[in-house]
Amino acid sequence: METLIVIKKLMEMLFDIIQYGFMQRALLSAIIISIVCSIVGLFLVLKRHSLFGDALAHVTFGGITLGLFVGIYPLWTAYIVAILTAVGVNKLRESTIIPPDSSIAVLLTSGLAIGVILISISGGFTLNLFNILFGNILLVGNDDVIMILITAAVVIPVICIFYKKLVLITFDEKQAKVSGLNVTWINTLFIILASVSIIASIRLVGVLLISSLIVIPNITALMLGKGFKKTILISCAVSTISVILGIMISYYANLAPSGMIVLIMVSMFLLTIIIKNMKFTLNKIVVSNR
Amino acid sequence: MQPVIKVVKLSYYYDSYPSLDNISFAVDKGDFLGIIGPNGAGKTTLFQCMLGIIGDYSGEINLFGLDIRQNRKTLQKVGYVPQKKSVEQAFPATVEEIVSLGLIGKKSNKEAVYSAIEFVELNAYRDKRIGELSEGQQQRVIIAKALVGDPDLLILDEPTTGIDSTAQDKFYNLLSKLNRDKKITIVWSSHDLNAVESLANKVACIDRKLFFHGESEDFFGNEERMNSYVEFAMQSHMNLHFRMPKNGNTNSDKKTDGNVI
Repeated sequence: METLIVIKKLMEMLFDIIQYGFMQRALLSAIIISIVCSIVGLFLVLKRHSLFGDALAHVTFGGITLGLFVGIYPLWTAYIVAILTAVGVNKLRESTIIPPDSSIAVLLTSGLAIGVILISISGGFTLNLFNILFGNILLVGNDDVIMILITAAVVIPVICIFYKKLVLITFDEKQAKVSGLNVTWINTLFIILASVSIIASIRLVGVLLISSLIVIPNITALMLGKGFKKTILISCAVSTISVILGIMISYYANLAPSGMIVLIMVSMFLLTIIIKNMKFTLNKIVVSNR
Repeated sequence: MQPVIKVVKLSYYYDSYPSLDNISFAVDKGDFLGIIGPNGAGKTTLFQCMLGIIGDYSGEINLFGLDIRQNRKTLQKVGYVPQKKSVEQAFPATVEEIVSLGLIGKKSNKEAVYSAIEFVELNAYRDKRIGELSEGQQQRVIIAKALVGDPDLLILDEPTTGIDSTAQDKFYNLLSKLNRDKKITIVWSSHDLNAVESLANKVACIDRKLFFHGESEDFFGNEERMNSYVEFAMQSHMNLHFRMPKNGNTNSDKKTDGNVI
């Protein structure tokens, strides 16, 4: 009964805030981004590329500052720089000369370094650096919503088309090659989709918190899901609930939405661990009492 | 009759040292070929060449009469079971999902998936995550995945290494059943000489070079031949230790006649 009252109260709060246009845009963008990042993120997490999103976001930061520096719409330079870097790193990873985590570290720091250098050369840009680093979903405009919708309309169908092939490559690349799949081509395509998704997500949580969207809902779902598809669905649910609650709470408590979203995700992750452990302990007690 | 596999003068050099040296043999339909050889003998490299994973070898490999480098679609007739790799417990795909991956590029067929799972006796685990199964069970899932596409040839690369003996016996029974009942041609590498002797009708001994290829009883029933194989393997490893150059004067110059080289 109490749960129902809480849900009713939350729904009322939600209806209150979606009367505002900026909130409609924020919630719509956040929900779409959370779904896209959950789908792409599961493959990244299982391939042990959890920090790849983080590194790409840092490169995107370099791309944005480059755009501002040369006077081109920064999102375009961000797309070009991120996609080229992602393809390059993917090639580097296949070469096996450099460990994958080291190449990610190089990528992460160099992207940020380029951004910082360009800012210092130009004497600072007019943009709000804080919004790039930490995101601000409440500032999403109509153009951003369209860009996010286009990203989702490309990424989700392509992942659905290549779903089984991506699962096999994630499970075992060698077996995928023997099955006649062009693994290099599919990996490159996937990494481009991941880059595009990450750029679209910067508005929501910013460069520094981007990996939370990719990693936390998926590691939570991995504790609960039986089956690849079910895990993706659970991850999308965790992520969507977190962004809706995060935006609502941050609005009423006047807090930064990105930080609140990440904290709710972390809380759901910790809660899942606690429930799983309690269930395990209870099972042990039941078995020992038999 | 056209052989299922025909390997002609296959050589592969890794960093200018020979991994495979002038190997020739053929596998006929319905054969159960056991490939034996010490660690580093080139068994996995041989399989990788046969499966088109490695392409820069010299010589020729034909699967079902077609050169594998030019006809990768031929691989759709091949089921492959790699060396056991531990699957992370968190990997979320179920047994059913993994087995259905064997139908990529083919028409999806739920019944075929269920029947492959039943064949490897894992019906009760169909909805379990693969990471939750024992290593022996995981290898049976991979066999089911290899079988679901109804292959004519099954290639297994040391599939039982690191698996306990009970699971190994179960696995060997399964292989025997596949060859006997489903008439699948099997090429299988193993260190378990007893299992090779009891299951395979043909044997190939390699240690970068082909030492013997022929009937199983001709090898295991001939003590002198087995002893000379051990000597050959030791000699071959000495050569590797001293890093014989690519065109060095090794036993590779001797001709293959389909039997002892």
